[in-house]
Amino acid sequence: MNQHSLPLFEVFIRSKRGLDHRHVGSLHAEDPAQALDYARDVYLRRSEGVSVWVVRSSDITASQESDMASFCDPMDDKPYRHATHFKLPKEVDNM
Amino acid sequence: MTEKEPLADPRLAAFEEKIANDQRIEPKDWMPDAFRKTVLRQMSQHAHSEVIGMQPEGNWITRAPTLYRKIVLLAKIQDEGGHGLYLYSAAETLGTSREEMVQALHDGKAKYASIFNYPSLTWADIGMIGWLVDGAAIVNQVSLQRTSYGPYSRAMIRICKEESFHQRQGYEATMALAQGSAEQKAMAQDSLNRWWWPSMMMFGPHDSESAHSGQSMKWKLKRESNDVLRQRFVDQTVPQAEFIGLKIPDPDLKWNEERGSYDFGEIDWDEFMQVISGNGPCNRQRLQHSIRAQEDGQWVRDAMHAYEMKRQAREVA
Amino acid sequence: MDSQKEALLNYCIALGDDSLTLGHRLSEWCRNGPFLEEDLALTNVSLDFIGRARMLYSYAAEIEGRGRGEDDIAYLRDCREYRNYLINELPNGDFAFTMARQLMIDAFDVGFYEELKQSADEMLAAIAAKAIKESRYHLRRSEDWIKRLGDGTDESHERTQNAFDQLWGYAAEMFEMATDEQQLVDAGVAVDRSALKSDWTSTMHSVLKQATLDIPAEDWAIGGGREGNHTEHLGYLLTELQYLQRTYPGQLW
Repeated sequence: MNQHSLPLFEVFIRSKRGLDHRHVGSLHAEDPAQALDYARDVYLRRSEGVSVWVVRSSDITASQESDMASFCDPMDDKPYRHATHFKLPKEVDNM
Repeated sequence: MTEKEPLADPRLAAFEEKIANDQRIEPKDWMPDAFRKTVLRQMSQHAHSEVIGMQPEGNWITRAPTLYRKIVLLAKIQDEGGHGLYLYSAAETLGTSREEMVQALHDGKAKYASIFNYPSLTWADIGMIGWLVDGAAIVNQVSLQRTSYGPYSRAMIRICKEESFHQRQGYEATMALAQGSAEQKAMAQDSLNRWWWPSMMMFGPHDSESAHSGQSMKWKLKRESNDVLRQRFVDQTVPQAEFIGLKIPDPDLKWNEERGSYDFGEIDWDEFMQVISGNGPCNRQRLQHSIRAQEDGQWVRDAMHAYEMKRQAREVA
Repeated sequence: MDSQKEALLNYCIALGDDSLTLGHRLSEWCRNGPFLEEDLALTNVSLDFIGRARMLYSYAAEIEGRGRGEDDIAYLRDCREYRNYLINELPNGDFAFTMARQLMIDAFDVGFYEELKQSADEMLAAIAAKAIKESRYHLRRSEDWIKRLGDGTDESHERTQNAFDQLWGYAAEMFEMATDEQQLVDAGVAVDRSALKSDWTSTMHSVLKQATLDIPAEDWAIGGGREGNHTEHLGYLLTELQYLQRTYPGQLW
């Protein structure tokens, strides 16, 4: 018997007081519209969100831990990107 | 000549350092195979428990005695299903599918909390399950919020937020009976008599007898021991029973001033073994129900897939 | 009690009965759904209907003013006093039957509650304003399901066609006015049911066509719900619903 399985979708919710969508978990559905409806039933029973995104799990590309050394380290050694790097006299330090 | 030591794996060292520092292990991180297998076993069995747990409670939906009790029970069971869903989601991050996990359950290879192998014989059992079973689950789950696998920890935090409503509604329903008519009070006491010891068994064997405990504690998947959690459950529950005038069916239950805790009697480990090995009152029924729901739903899932394939074909044309 | 007040009381109880019997049937799917996500979704729909019943019964009890509550109305009347339409009390059957029945109800409720929102009775208008939001969501769900099942596999198509063939004749009574309903319509309180039929029929035809299903023949109709003439199924439904209250009379739970 052909046992088809429903695709997996990741769910992201931005709450009423939040500024960003946060990953809350996943669910199975046949298509994005159905995934959105189910996200309401599974993750929004307590009115926790104002905006919901669903993404097919297979569409997410994630960084690998083993790559992080070459992926991130070169980003860490450029302190001049951070405001704290620049020391200004006290009188004008409120920028 | 001394034995050559295996070459130290830097990835293992990094993994162990994360554990030591109470950091979370995330899906894309390297982890030992045994850790992956253990986490998967723990999460999937926890998920199965939530879904199987819908059955004894679901048994009284159509007979709930008031409209309020009916909707509260429905919302609670819906939460349990939702918890199963969060846990299946967390488990799927390890590269397995919900289908595979459910198949393992149906093949008898995966376990679930044996408490759900007991029948809900009276309405009082519904309150009792909320008060005692969810009460015991909460003791375990609060502890699991700090589990080392990231998705599991986050699922547990979400679950804990929803769980205390479950225990409160159960206690409230039990209190209504305990403070009701003589028949209702007797119903509640009878229910406590049947559910107390199975609830105590939820915490598992003594730590000395537990096969998996040692490794799970080492990897911080499990944060506290079975006996510690069981003691905590007893200490929090006895006053709750006394408050509503119900008697816990343990002749050895006694406050120990020295320990600042309750002494209690020994669990019937024969019953415990019988139930976890498949011979409890409802094991076969629970599994058959799950298998049947899955089978009955197959034509629906097939239809969804066929419809989607046709829709995609139309889009391309 | 004056005749209009009595008519309003009966109206609220009847609408409450419609909601409770259907909500109760939907609740039977909890732990039995075709997969977990749908199990949760069906339970949400069930909660919407039972919630609606509670509001309508509570309002009815208030109108009556004899100290009854929502539970007295739900748990202490026998079949012949229940006024729900028969379609709501039918057993769930398979998932196709459940969703076919649901589509027929949702298409009706969207039209009905949109009108009831304008009721001269403030409470009914308020209940309707809440209900219409729920029913729009319910209708989207049931439409989507009927399309998937009708235009899915041969098996799902057959099950769904059978379902509509078995259900079609139960729709007629929803568009008939009960004896005491006309005075409420004249007072601007209740909805003229007969005026809803045309839109309902359009919606049903449109969805069934998209679902590749045949429109069933309009050559039979079964009714009697508002007069307490029910199918044999209601007795069993009430037996389960009312079991505890009947076995332990007068207790609080």
